[in-house]
Amino acid sequence: MSEGSAITDSIRAMIGVMADPVVMEVEAGAIKRFCQAVGDSNPLFIDAEHAKNGPHGGVICPPGFFGWPAKPAPMFSGPMASMMGEFAKAGFPGVLDGGIDFEFFQPIHPGDVLVSSAKIADIYEREGKTGKSLFGVIETTYTNQNGDVVARGRMTLIGRQS
Amino acid sequence: MTETKQVYWEDVQVGSEVTTLPKIASTQMLVRWAGASGDFNPHHYDDKTPLAAATGGIIVHGALKRQWLVQLMTDWVGDQGWLKKFSCQYRRLDFPRRMASLADPAEGETWQCKGTVTNKSVEDGEHLVECEIWVENGQGEKTVPGNATVVLPSRGG
Repeated sequence: MSEGSAITDSIRAMIGVMADPVVMEVEAGAIKRFCQAVGDSNPLFIDAEHAKNGPHGGVICPPGFFGWPAKPAPMFSGPMASMMGEFAKAGFPGVLDGGIDFEFFQPIHPGDVLVSSAKIADIYEREGKTGKSLFGVIETTYTNQNGDVVARGRMTLIGRQS
Repeated sequence: MTETKQVYWEDVQVGSEVTTLPKIASTQMLVRWAGASGDFNPHHYDDKTPLAAATGGIIVHGALKRQWLVQLMTDWVGDQGWLKKFSCQYRRLDFPRRMASLADPAEGETWQCKGTVTNKSVEDGEHLVECEIWVENGQGEKTVPGNATVVLPSRGG
């Protein structure tokens, strides 16, 4: 597997493919459950009384929370799943989350309705200590009900040989 | 009403430390995270899945450790600060503590979220601070390195 490119034509064809947009309603209760799961008791995210006097005029989402589910269904269906399927066919069936890169532009408040638009921004391969792996970069843009882009994320999925 | 102490841009220097945030990953925390985030990948709760079986048990979600690092920064910058950019890489797997009782994890590993200031600048009127950040496991290894850029309030207004 270490000779030549593991990126087949059908893998390469997935670069640029977009997932169907996902609508995410941001609920105060979901923010609280998210913070509880992390062990984050920042009053800016969970205490309306505290937050109303703060710079945002109310509770906001912790950065990284965009409504439930935080990992929208397109991760497991649609083009992302097709990409992982193509990785598996090419001999890279193991899937790992490699990391994330976020930019946060505007606060997100309970009651906001976000549209999450994801696309396969890039696919590349790399030789590491444990052999070759495939990398798929999923870029997701979050737009609120006013049409403002509130955040952008780029996550890297890794396809491994095992 | 919770009082939080606000850090200002002038208070920090290159080399300043971000206030360390200790965390304990437990199987219970992973269950909560799965439900709260919607990530139901079974290798985070079923130790017979191939990856979990091959690596030593159920695996802490990368995104949960990411969110610890986000909290490291949002705790530090306070109400008046803003996390502008954030990145992290899941370099090593971590394994949660089992539960000893309904509420308490068993004795074991504690993780430390840490950071240091690497740069200060003013751009387009924003007072920016860049930090190197990471999650350290019980053996002192950096399992999730990353970087963050925050906007801090300035005493100059």
